[in-house]
Amino acid sequence: MRGTMMTDKALKVAAAPKKKKRRGLNLNRKRAMMGYLFVLPFIIGLITFFLVPLIQSFIFSINKLEVVEGGYNLLPVGLSNYNRALRVHATYARDLVESVLYMLTNVPLIIIFSFFAANLLNQKFKGRSLARAIFFLPVILTSGVMLVIDSGDLLQSSLGMTQTDGQEGAFRAVELARLLLRSRLSPTFIDYIISAVDRIYEIVSASGVQILVFLAGLQSISPSLFEASNIEGATGWENFWKITFPMVSPLILVNTVYSIIDSLTNSSNVVMGMIRDTAFASNDYGLSSAMAWLYFLAILVIVGIVVKLVSKVVFYYE
Amino acid sequence: MDIKSIFRKKSEEDRMHRRHLYYSMVRRSWSIVRGVIIAGICFLILYPTLVKLSVSFMPEQDIYDVTVRYVPKSPTLENYKTVLSAMRYNKAFWNTFKLSTLTSVMQLISCTVIGYGFARFRFKGRGVLFALVILTMIVPPQTLMIPLFLHFRYFDVLGIISAITGQKGINLLESYWPFVLMSLTGMGLKNGLYIYIMRQFFRGMPKELEEAAYVDGAGMLRTFGQIMLPSAVPAMVTVFLFSFVWQWTDTFYSSLFLMRTDVLAKTAANVSNQIMKDLSADIGVDIYLSPAISSMYTNTGSLLVVLPLLILYLFAQKLFVESVERTGIVG
Repeated sequence: MRGTMMTDKALKVAAAPKKKKRRGLNLNRKRAMMGYLFVLPFIIGLITFFLVPLIQSFIFSINKLEVVEGGYNLLPVGLSNYNRALRVHATYARDLVESVLYMLTNVPLIIIFSFFAANLLNQKFKGRSLARAIFFLPVILTSGVMLVIDSGDLLQSSLGMTQTDGQEGAFRAVELARLLLRSRLSPTFIDYIISAVDRIYEIVSASGVQILVFLAGLQSISPSLFEASNIEGATGWENFWKITFPMVSPLILVNTVYSIIDSLTNSSNVVMGMIRDTAFASNDYGLSSAMAWLYFLAILVIVGIVVKLVSKVVFYYE
Repeated sequence: MDIKSIFRKKSEEDRMHRRHLYYSMVRRSWSIVRGVIIAGICFLILYPTLVKLSVSFMPEQDIYDVTVRYVPKSPTLENYKTVLSAMRYNKAFWNTFKLSTLTSVMQLISCTVIGYGFARFRFKGRGVLFALVILTMIVPPQTLMIPLFLHFRYFDVLGIISAITGQKGINLLESYWPFVLMSLTGMGLKNGLYIYIMRQFFRGMPKELEEAAYVDGAGMLRTFGQIMLPSAVPAMVTVFLFSFVWQWTDTFYSSLFLMRTDVLAKTAANVSNQIMKDLSADIGVDIYLSPAISSMYTNTGSLLVVLPLLILYLFAQKLFVESVERTGIVG
């Protein structure tokens, strides 16, 4: 059937264009096949190590899992694990809300700081590569186990190392508070600024990757844009808001999403630890899965809302 | 030339001069402010590590001595000796080194290939698949923890292994296989991010490069291997360093799949308990460390975890910072 149609068409269309068209189609199909080949490892991994476990984890969350010789048994219990996580468990709901609130206060500060730092590091000055090397150092210094060790550490707080509990930190913030109160800003805003100063180490140390992303973005802006605007007589301030900011605004979205995920799923997060302990310390696999699913859904909703909001200020050059 | 015009010219020159002076002053004062800000932030970043370093050389009495703040009165290497043996450092170091090298090389290969596939080929479902890459970043690894654990405890490919051996799969825990399999399929620690970085990098490269290669008769694989890969080195350095560092300090996957194997991140987190156990075993009486001492041991342990990374960073730093300039990760 198809063959006859092709010959019918072939009668109407001249030979040369037809040949060209078919070759183009083949090339496209070939490229699509190559594309599948390149992403094939991901597809395999996605199914075996992501989608199947994700569904399994959901099944565990609506069952009571009992470990027996050579495997496990599942007893369906409906939504009672979810109910236990949210209503019965002593701290789960509170810790969940707390880590979300903590994330909401920190992420804007991280974005602002990392954008500021990237702009600083993008300028020319002596010792720039040293400064860059040190600014990226937190990626090493506060990853994985380091964060766990630092977060519950006695020496650090007693020596005022992270400036959170130390006397110096408190003293500084008091001085700043007095200054800000005189400026007649709203008290909530002042509180926010002061808490930001108190947590400056946390913010700086959570900004390594974000600085990197912003810096790479700043460097990819074509210098010709600045040359043109300088000829028109624009000031540095105008250049910043009319060129730099719009050009890196897609990265604000990227960094916001990254910071949210990083803040909610890092190794020192309370909820993450609780989910782990519920599974392996108290062997309550069903409850642990329910907690993990609730947490995942919460993150998904938050990321969805934030992406919607931030997308409004993002400008795409093209 | 009359006097008036001379004066006008003079004042013109004067104004220019003053303006120039003003701008150079603004520039100079900004460079001072900038220097102060940058030095301050650098100090903030380095300070906790420097304090850890100074405390790690203190004997017990110096820690309690209020007059000692940063410089120990009688510096000692005793703490390092204790911590090194409690962390079983040599063995744990090699285990960690092997694990990190293995996984980061494999993640680098898989994420580069996958990223290139997403960046340069059009195929059905590309958008959906890429959205799923982002989803793998959003889902907390804890959600997949138990199924993955069971998956590797009774590992099987489509029932083939159980059909051959007659048992319920094979146990891959306590081996590097879970890491290898997950890294090769782009499912390891934070691999979504690496795929994203590589995709953005390849998308930013000029299409003409590939087209020229095709015109010259190179196949798609050859174009990828000989044209694209050499130019992708900066982005690959970034991905490699990230994955090496994050695997090195990871406790989540290593305590999930390698419960009985010593890796640095785990032995460091547990070091003060281990010292307590060792001491109690030596003396035969239960001994408890004071909070300050056990904190000192833990901090010294954490220094020993990052020390190899810092040395690596020292060498790779130039490459890394440069690579950032040319990576061009753009959203």
